[in-house]
Order: sequence, then structure tokens, then C-alpha cells
Amino acid sequence: MKDFKEISLRNLNKSFGTTQVLHDFNLTLKKGEFVTLLGPSGCGKSTVLNCIAGLTPITSGKIYIDEECIDDGIHTVPAEKRGFGMVFQNYALFPHLNVFNNIAFGLQLKKLPRPVIAEKVANALRMVHLEGYENKFPSQMSGGEQQRVAIARCIVMEPRLLMLDEPLSNLDAKLRIDMRYELKSLHEKLQITSIYVTHDQQEALALSDRIVVMKNGRIQQVGTPEEVYFRPANLFVADFMGFRNIWPGVIEEILPGGEVIVEVKGLKLKAAGSLVGRERREAPHGAMGVGAPVFTAIRPEDVQLGEGPANRLACRIEVVEYLGQLNQAAALMENGVRLDLRTDERIKAGERCGAWIPPERILLFPGRRDEAHEPA
Amino acid sequence: MNRRNLWLFFLPSLAFLVLLFVYPFLNGLYLGLTDAEGNFTLGNFTAFFGDPWERRTIWVTLKIALPATLINVLLAIPFAYYMRRGLRGEKVITFFLILPITLGTVLVSEGMLTYMGPKGWLNQFLMATGIVKGPVQFTHNYLGVLLSLVIQGFPFAFLMLLGYISGIDPNLERAAQMLGATKWQIFHRIIFPLVAPGIAIAFCLNFVMAFSVFPSAVLLGQPSGPTRVISIAAYQWAFEKFDFNMGSAIAMTMALIELLVIMLVMIWRQRIYKGASIVGKG
Repeated sequence: MKDFKEISLRNLNKSFGTTQVLHDFNLTLKKGEFVTLLGPSGCGKSTVLNCIAGLTPITSGKIYIDEECIDDGIHTVPAEKRGFGMVFQNYALFPHLNVFNNIAFGLQLKKLPRPVIAEKVANALRMVHLEGYENKFPSQMSGGEQQRVAIARCIVMEPRLLMLDEPLSNLDAKLRIDMRYELKSLHEKLQITSIYVTHDQQEALALSDRIVVMKNGRIQQVGTPEEVYFRPANLFVADFMGFRNIWPGVIEEILPGGEVIVEVKGLKLKAAGSLVGRERREAPHGAMGVGAPVFTAIRPEDVQLGEGPANRLACRIEVVEYLGQLNQAAALMENGVRLDLRTDERIKAGERCGAWIPPERILLFPGRRDEAHEPA
Repeated sequence: MNRRNLWLFFLPSLAFLVLLFVYPFLNGLYLGLTDAEGNFTLGNFTAFFGDPWERRTIWVTLKIALPATLINVLLAIPFAYYMRRGLRGEKVITFFLILPITLGTVLVSEGMLTYMGPKGWLNQFLMATGIVKGPVQFTHNYLGVLLSLVIQGFPFAFLMLLGYISGIDPNLERAAQMLGATKWQIFHRIIFPLVAPGIAIAFCLNFVMAFSVFPSAVLLGQPSGPTRVISIAAYQWAFEKFDFNMGSAIAMTMALIELLVIMLVMIWRQRIYKGASIVGKG
């Protein structure tokens, strides 16, 4: 299969009946890149994958491999001719074939000579650490082993593009982390251009070169894991990436140094984080002036217990969850707003304590109180 | 109730089985292997196989039952495959398919006699459109019996296979497609082997039904000759000549032939499908 420099999706639209699930979706994948589509269920991320694969017809838009248009909604290269590979959430191994024949399936269709097939299958099995499993049937293996076979079945074809549709979400927590690590090292080794779909932000952060955050069929942000993690483009992304303290407030004052004083139900907070993410960082307030409604976004782990130089607040601990190294707690502030925090100190429910938030850790996003954001 | 007495729950079904299956079967076997005085003999079987007129019924029945079963199953596979993801109007289609099963053989045969008769609508239509010149004989011959077996048996095979095919994980087809398989290769290498157990069972049940055909062979066929099937022979010996021993021997012969065909089908199934019996796990 011919190699390529990039795959680009241009103004992709997809409707099922009268419901539009993708809106003008634009994305370019560079060769060797690992891109993750991240979003809550129903955001259209799997649809994007199926459109690229050719398993779902697109409504409008175009898909290009370099200069070659492989799909414009009318002229379509069928899925079996695109040279892409797909790993499914439920593994989709052929239950009537043993591991060898599952992995050899695509090679046999290509009518490769038997010794070549045997060698390629052996290599693929070695790659996923399943040597000696040739004669087992899918029903005799654990979920993790089945997923390895599914991955081997895919990479043995040396696909131009590897697509993974929530491949880890049927596995238990420990296995999921092991497999995540293996997927990463496999990608380091093979450098196959990969597109990965998940609703798990940890997976996305751990694996990706770039993350595409989606909501309701629209791209919310495209960026490196660091960008998405530290500089979410909007409130939705912030919420999805774990900024759990999202409070409605009003800008009360803009200080000469660029800091902003925000009032949240009587509590005054000094915020030095960006107003709407990275773009506004240089001119932090943009069009937003005093009196404008905003949302704060603060990570639980950025809330500090004890005395601090700014944004001091008093709260009472309501619920504590023990997470090993950390405690995750929900507290109630004096103004009645809930504060989520994380700390390695020992705290108990019912305790009263002081806390503070570093101003540079408070992000602000424009928005009204009545524009209730949808939680991720 | 302690564990020891749990077997009591098994009694009703056991009684049912013994009274309605085991006893009649063994009694039939006993009758078939004895003469009127109750002495053990193979005479009934030698008489049956020695008489060309009787022996012939095996061939006559197979000649009707095998094509009918093959048509039913081979026709049901593509229909079920096409409808595996559901279809608009599926309920209506299913209703009309189930109708012949619920109406019963006799009613359907009666209907066919008039509808497909020389003056029936079908022939009138065929002649009016100029497709045929004179009336086609659909009834009182081999064709009539075959058609009735298809009308009765096809819905049965179709519904069974639809259940099997629609139970296959759709991701298997998509996975095969992503690995480069064409539509035909997907069907041939994935769907067909996975449905093979269903095909085998549908074939066996359909064959057993067709092989023991009686009402439509009498009503729609020529029971005196070309469609004198084996069940008619058994009936005539038992209830016209009142030789229950001979009738039972013929019934036992029927059972043996059916078992033989079922065995052959199961061997075929084993060759096609060697994997685990779970279809589309996950």
C-alpha cells in the first residue's frame, strides 16, 4: 500500500436521518502521529473513525490521503481497499478461527505464500507477547489476551493508518494500564500513524501526540496533551480535563498587572490565569470588562490547605475519599459553594480548615450564570 | 427440601418423556421386530425391503424431501442474511411467513388445490398474461407436494436462520472488511461458518418434517403412485390392512433413514465449524 504524508478530513458532515452527528469536521493527521479523539459518549468520535475507515458513508465533505481524494460522499474507496486497520472495543475476533487463523485472515486474503504468512504471524504474536497461542480459540482467552490478538491481527497487515475504537474500555483497571503502556511502546516501535478514540482523559493524555476534544459532533480543541491539560480552550474542555471547581462569578476589577478580581457569591478571588485559554494570555481580558459574567475553573489539586498569600478561604470538609497517596475531598465554603480539593494531608469529614488558591491557577472563561454548562 | 430430594423435580418431565416418547418408540420397535403372535422375527423388514413397490417409497420420499429441504434452506440463507439488520416492514413480512405454519397443512393444501388448480387464479393469471398457453398442472402431482413442502418449510427455515444470523456480532463483518475482505469473502469465510450450526439444525428439522410428509402427499399428490411416500405405506399397512407389525417396521425404517441423514448433516457441520460453540462473544 502506498505511503503518505498526511490524511486530511475536510468539512466532514454526517447525519443519521435528521440528526446531524458531525458538523464541519476538519482534521489533518501527519504520518507517524498518534492522535486521540476524546469526548463523552455520543459526541461523534466513533463516527469520525468509521467515516475514515469507510465503514460509514459520509454525508458531505472530503477525505484526502495527500492529494488523493478517497471519499467525497459520492466516489468512495471501499473500506477493504483503504489499507487501514481497526481495533474494536469488543475485539471482534472471529470465534470460529484460532489465533493463528485470526491473525492470518487478512494475509490469506492477499494470497501470500504460506511460509510468509507463518513468519508474519509469528512476528506479530511476538510483538504482542503471545508466543505459543497459535492454536487457542478466542473463547479460551481472557479479555486482555483477546485484545492483544486483535491488535496483532491489525498490525500484521502493516496498515497505513491504525484506528483504535475504545480498545481498552472492556478491560479491568490494572490490565487497562498495562495495555496502555504496551500500545504506547508498540507505537514507539512501529511508528504507525494512529487514531485513537476514548472517553478517558487519562488514556488520551498518556498516549497521544495530539488530542482532539469533541462535543456534540464539533471540535472543541486540538492540541498536545500539555496544551489541553493546562490551557483548555473552553469551559467544556476544562470540565472534561478535570477542572472540577467551576463556579459562576462576575469580574469586579481588573488590576494594572493583568490580574482579575472575580466575585463568586460574595467570595473575592484574584485570578492571574488566562481568561479564555492560551490565545488571550497575552491580552488577558480581551473584550471582557468589569461586570462581565465569567466561570472560574480550578483543579482540585491546585487548592492548597493552610495559610497562603492570596485567595484565602475557610471551609468545612464534607466528604473524604482516600486515594492512596492523596485524599480527595469535597468541602463547603462559607458562601455555600462546594470546593473540591486534593491533598496529601490527613483530613477528616466535619473538620474546619483554611485553604488558598494560587491566583495563576485560576482560569476564567466567559459565560453567564444562566448558560448552565453541561457537565462532561 | 434438601438436595437429596431435588430429583423429584425431574419426575414430571421424565414421566412426560417416558409416556409420550420412550414407551411408544420401544413399543414400535417391539411390534416391528415381532409377528402377530409376538414371536421375534425380521420378517417385516425383509418383506418391506423385498417388495419393490414398498421399497420404492424410500426413494419416492427422498426425492421429495431432499429437494424440498434444500430449496427451503438454500433460499432461507440469502433472505436471512439480507434481513439480518432488520428491514422496514419486517413485522408484516414475518407475519405472512408465519401464517402457513399456523394455518396447518390441511388448510394450506386445500387452498393450494383451488388457487393452483387448472381453473385457479394462478393459472388464469399465467394464461391471461400469455406466459403459458394451456393450464399448468401444479396439483395432484410431484410438483404440488414439493410446493406445499416449500410453503410450509421455508418460513420455518428462514425464521431459524434469521435468529442465528442476526445474533452474529456486526463488528465481525466490519473487522473482516477492514482486513480486506470483499462482501462475498465476508459471507463465505465469516458468516457461513458461524451460521453452519444453524443451517445444520434447520436442515435436519426441515428434512424430518418433509420426510414424514403425509397430508399434502395425499391431498396434493398422487398417493396411488408417484407420491406414494413412506408414511402412506406405513398408514396403509397399519390402518387399511391392520398389520400393525408391518406398519411399525416401516415407521422404524423411516426413523432410521432420518437418523442417517441427520448424522451426515452433523458430520458436514463438524467439518465446516471446528471452533467454539459460542457465536460472537462480547
